[in-house]
Amino acid sequence: MTVKLLEYQAKRQFARVGIEVPAGRLARTPDEAAAAARELGRVAVKAQVPTGGRGKAGGIAVVDSPEEAHREAARILAMEIRGYPVRSVWCEAGLEIAHELYLGITLDRDRRRLALILSAAGGMEIEEVAATSPERIAKLWPDPFVGPLPFEVRELAFSALAHAPALTEARGRLASALVPLAQTLHRLAVDLDAVTCEINPLALTADGRLVAADGKLEVDENAEYRHRELAVELAVDLEGEDGRTGEDPYEAEAKRRGLTYVHLPGGNIGCIGNGAGLAMNTLDLVQQVGGRPNNFLDIGGGANAEKVRSSLAMILSDPDVRGVFINIFGGITRGDEVARGIVQARDELGITLPLVVRMTGTNEEEGRRILAEAGIVPGTSAPEAARKIVELVGGAG
Amino acid sequence: MAILVDGSTRVLVQGITGREGSFHTQQMQAYGTHVVAGVVPGRGGGETLGVPIFDTVAEAVARTGADTAFTIVPPAFAADAVMEAAAAGLRLGICVTEGIPVLDMVRATAFVARTAMRLIGPNCPGVMTPGQAKIGFIPNHVGRPGRVGVVARSGTLTYEVIQGLSESGYGETTAVGIGGDPVLGSTFVDILPLFADDPATEAVVLVGEIGGSDEERAAEWIRSSGFDRPVIAFISGRTAPPGKRMGHAGAIISGTTGSAQGKIDALSAAGAAVADTIEDVVRLVGERLSP
Repeated sequence: MTVKLLEYQAKRQFARVGIEVPAGRLARTPDEAAAAARELGRVAVKAQVPTGGRGKAGGIAVVDSPEEAHREAARILAMEIRGYPVRSVWCEAGLEIAHELYLGITLDRDRRRLALILSAAGGMEIEEVAATSPERIAKLWPDPFVGPLPFEVRELAFSALAHAPALTEARGRLASALVPLAQTLHRLAVDLDAVTCEINPLALTADGRLVAADGKLEVDENAEYRHRELAVELAVDLEGEDGRTGEDPYEAEAKRRGLTYVHLPGGNIGCIGNGAGLAMNTLDLVQQVGGRPNNFLDIGGGANAEKVRSSLAMILSDPDVRGVFINIFGGITRGDEVARGIVQARDELGITLPLVVRMTGTNEEEGRRILAEAGIVPGTSAPEAARKIVELVGGAG
Repeated sequence: MAILVDGSTRVLVQGITGREGSFHTQQMQAYGTHVVAGVVPGRGGGETLGVPIFDTVAEAVARTGADTAFTIVPPAFAADAVMEAAAAGLRLGICVTEGIPVLDMVRATAFVARTAMRLIGPNCPGVMTPGQAKIGFIPNHVGRPGRVGVVARSGTLTYEVIQGLSESGYGETTAVGIGGDPVLGSTFVDILPLFADDPATEAVVLVGEIGGSDEERAAEWIRSSGFDRPVIAFISGRTAPPGKRMGHAGAIISGTTGSAQGKIDALSAAGAAVADTIEDVVRLVGERLSP
């Protein structure tokens, strides 16, 4: 899982390492946007949401006066873009852009490395360019212990710039400017444990500077423990906001509980599995016999009784849920631990809805005994258990 | 016959004194796996579960002749432990740790690639050669010596397949859980050639899931290598709505690769039989094995 930073948060990181960004101010109200326009002159008012496609959705406006900034900010702050309510706008000074490039770093699973990507065809259509003319996208997979070397970046640059006749003359100067920029961006990605670190467009200005006109940063949650400062910074950004996250309220609650949960609104069968593969397959099984899963929930490896209790409480908080299917194949997860959690949860939460438990694997006998003694009959076959829960809840209902 | 792990494998455990490390070392010993050493920095000279503890992997290898590492240490230390095992000259490393920062694994896999070690995992259930040895979490009772190779991304679905094959009498040569992380030591295309070289493996079950392109690359390998044994595949996550993440860092649908249907189509086109359910896997294996 990753955390997506907003544009202004990404640019703050860029600026910190010396990557040039346009002057800008964050505004949470139309008044603040007007003040920013008064200070900076002509500005772009840009919706701050953790998703792409803002421009196409009407979330970016270029304004010439404080009055216009006020009006446009009011309009944009009332928007929802791809499910995310706009809580702030970034008001940014305009740039004299001569050419738009793309410079990005992303995780390449197949190569097991970060890929450094450069194209002379930057801007909103970069994905289309990648699909239709891949030769216009140059890639480099730097050694993770060494980082991108100057000659590698120059090769990357000449290869990418070969497709932009307008830049032929400037290519030598551009290539040398791109070396420190690419190295800095790579170092930033590594330092922040970013799996995406992207400047698009990378603006080549009329006076020959390279400026990050937009930024995307996506950091690895597994590495959160070594980025406390970043977490604090992001938390401070949230102060003064109204708490609307645009997130599914059930998923937000699951996050607070530390559960790996995906809500499938409209379903009526709660599902729990241990391990992502088994949990996904649990949904597949329910659907195959005509049931409608309400959620994906992976209690993970080595879950204890408390986690099981919390998971059940989470699932049952959606009143649409008419029954729960718990599918456990113990490996590192021990059946007796899970069984204790199920029984505890049922008693403490007073669960009267049908519970179907399939339990096998590590410590399964002890687990089944605990369940049986509590009056819950455990099965060993997952498809049978799926049929049973669908039958109890009523398939089409 | 078997791949990766057999009755002669000598295992050292990194993290043998932790709660999980200790429990699963005992499970492995009960299965008959030769656990010859534990490595816990600062606790060298001690002993646990009848196994000597060493401060470093290098020392454990020199003193015990260990050839395989079982790495079960917390995420912040796991990549370093993997590199230590590789540097000490081990043949095989199996890392089960979940939650390792992905850039740690980028560095660790690059480091491992410069050594002789083959890495399985991380975030995987490990390897079992029924009747001989197991390293990892695969429950002891599910395996049965037999004819089918298993390679899977999901841990729990690995268990499901092994159990199904065992109960229907086909049994397994070796089962390999490669793990669910985006950056893995070994993917399907690294394991399939090992089964191709194992004459005892008469068929291979491949269990994939949404996200990434490992299944598509496996399909390409099956086609281009002329792999001569039946492949039975299963893909989980068919009901996952596009763009929703279902837990495994790797299970993210993006672009045109990564969807369940894309993987099913690629594997079918390569001649694999793709099952709709885990039970179906066993039935399709039965149809394709010679009597």
